[in-house]
Amino acid sequence: MDGLVRGSAAIVGAAESDLGAVAASMTPIDLMAQGIVRALDDCGLALADVDGLFCASTQSRFSVMALAEYLGLPDAYTDSTIVGGSSFEIHVAHAMAAIQLGLCHVAVVAYGSTQRTVGRAQASQREANAYETPFRPFLPASAYALAASRHMHQFGTTREQLAEVAVAARGWARMNPAAWDRRPLSVEDVLASPFVSEPLTVRDCCLVTDGGGAIVLTSAERARHLRHKPAFVLGCGQSITHANISSMPDLTVTGAVRSGQAAYRMACMGPPDIDVLALYDAFTINVILFLEDLGFCPKGEGGRFVAGGAIAPGGRLAVNTNGGGLSYCHPGMYGLLILIEAVRQLRGSCGERQVAGAETAIVHGNGGVLSAQATVILGTEAALAS
Amino acid sequence: MLTPRLPAVAGRGQTIRMDRLEASPLAVYTQHLERGELAYQVSRSTGTPVFYPRVAAPRTGAADLEWRISAGLGTVYATTVVHPREGTPYNVALIDMDEGFRLMSRVEDIAPSAVRIGTRVRVRIHPGDGKEPPYPVFTPAEAN
Repeated sequence: MDGLVRGSAAIVGAAESDLGAVAASMTPIDLMAQGIVRALDDCGLALADVDGLFCASTQSRFSVMALAEYLGLPDAYTDSTIVGGSSFEIHVAHAMAAIQLGLCHVAVVAYGSTQRTVGRAQASQREANAYETPFRPFLPASAYALAASRHMHQFGTTREQLAEVAVAARGWARMNPAAWDRRPLSVEDVLASPFVSEPLTVRDCCLVTDGGGAIVLTSAERARHLRHKPAFVLGCGQSITHANISSMPDLTVTGAVRSGQAAYRMACMGPPDIDVLALYDAFTINVILFLEDLGFCPKGEGGRFVAGGAIAPGGRLAVNTNGGGLSYCHPGMYGLLILIEAVRQLRGSCGERQVAGAETAIVHGNGGVLSAQATVILGTEAALAS
Repeated sequence: MLTPRLPAVAGRGQTIRMDRLEASPLAVYTQHLERGELAYQVSRSTGTPVFYPRVAAPRTGAADLEWRISAGLGTVYATTVVHPREGTPYNVALIDMDEGFRLMSRVEDIAPSAVRIGTRVRVRIHPGDGKEPPYPVFTPAEAN
C-alpha cells in the first residue's frame, strides 16, 4: 500500500444495521442503507454529503449498482471489490486512496446480509471446482479444519487451546448487549459439541446470522470538525495467497504476515504499540494463526498463547471485544463489523467491555478460506501524533 | 504499423485465432484420469510442477507447460473428517505428491479418523459418481 499517506483519512461514523435475525423479506441493500443512515447520523453528516460508495455482497450480483440506485447517488465514486470477509478492510484502503486523490470526499463502506433468514446455501452459492468438489469438503469449515490439523501436527496445538478462543469470545460477548449468543460457555462445552469437520466442533465455528452496517470515511482535516474523535487510518496492507485451500502454500502461515508487515510499516508501528485487536474469527484456528502472523507471539505458539484466558476479558491482550464472529454476529462476511468495534474502542464508547486508554487498534480481515488477508491499523489523534 | 495482425480463419461466422487451444487444461487432465493416470504439469523453463492444470505457469506466465504422469505416491499433508448432518462421516485430505505438487483428495480403505498426517499413500482412480468424471483417491501405500 505504498502511496497511501498515514493518517490522511479517518473513520468518522460507524453503525451496525439490524443484526441477528432481521425482519422477514429485508434485503441486503435494505441493511446497507440502514447502516449508512445510522452511520451518517452518528457523525452528523447527511446522505447528500456522500460521494463515494464501497460495498460487497454475495447476495447481490451488482451490489454497488443496487446501492447507488437505492440511495439515489448516481454520481458517486464506486468500488465493490469482493474477496470475502476482508473486502471491507480493502475498501478502507481504496476509500483512503480515493479521498487522497480527490475522487471522493465522504465515502461510506457498507455491508448487509440476510443469510440466516434465507439460508446459507441461498445467500452464498458455492462455485463448483473440478479439483475439490468431488471430495465434498464442507466449505468453508473443512478448509479451516485442514489448517487446524496441520497446526496441531506441527506445533502440538490442542483442541482445548482452540476451544479457549471460543470461550474468550463468549466472555466478551457477555458484555456486549448486541451479541447474538451470551450464554455461558466452557472449554468442556466446546469439546463436547458435535463435530462439523474434525478437529472443529460447532462451537469452533462462527455463528450464522443476518447483519451488516456501515462506516463513514473522510479526510483527516474534515474529520477533526465532526462529532466524534476520529479513528485515523494509520496503516493498510493486503495479501491474497490463494483462493482454494488446496492451493494455500503453507496451511500454518497466512497472508496476514505480509498484510500485517505492510500495515505496520505504513503506520510506523509494531505489535507492542497495539492496544486493541479485532481479528476475523470465522473459526477458532483463525485467531491463533493471526496472533502469530501479526507478530503477537512466535509462529507455532498461538495455542499456548491463548491458553488460560489470555485473550478473554481480564487477560493480557484485548482480542475481539465485541464477542467476535464466534459469539456476537457473523453475517457471512464479517469484516465490516470488526472495523466498527475498533472505532468504538478508540472513541472509548464500549461501556463494560471498554479497553482502558485504547489509542490504537489493529483490524484484521480474512476472506475465503484463509485466502484474502487485509489489515488496517487505526489510531486516535494521540496515536497519529506519536 | 507495429500492431501484429493475428492469423485468423473464418468458422461458423466467427473469427478465431489459429493458436486457439483444442482442449482445456481440465479436459486434458480428465482424459488422463479416464486412462487411469494422474496427470500434472511442469513448466519447462523453471522445472516447477504446476497443479491444478493451467494455460500458463503462475508467477512467470510461461506457456511452456508440459504434461507429466505422476508415479502415484504421496504423503498426507493435512486431514479432516467431515460430519454431515445426515450420513456417515468421511475423510477429506490434502496430499503432497512425490513430484512436488499438492491436491485435495481422500484416503480410502481405512477409517476416516485413522488417516494421519505423514501417512504414505498411493493413488487410485475412482471411476466417478454417476455422470461425474473420474477423480483421484488414495489408499495407504503399505496396504498395496
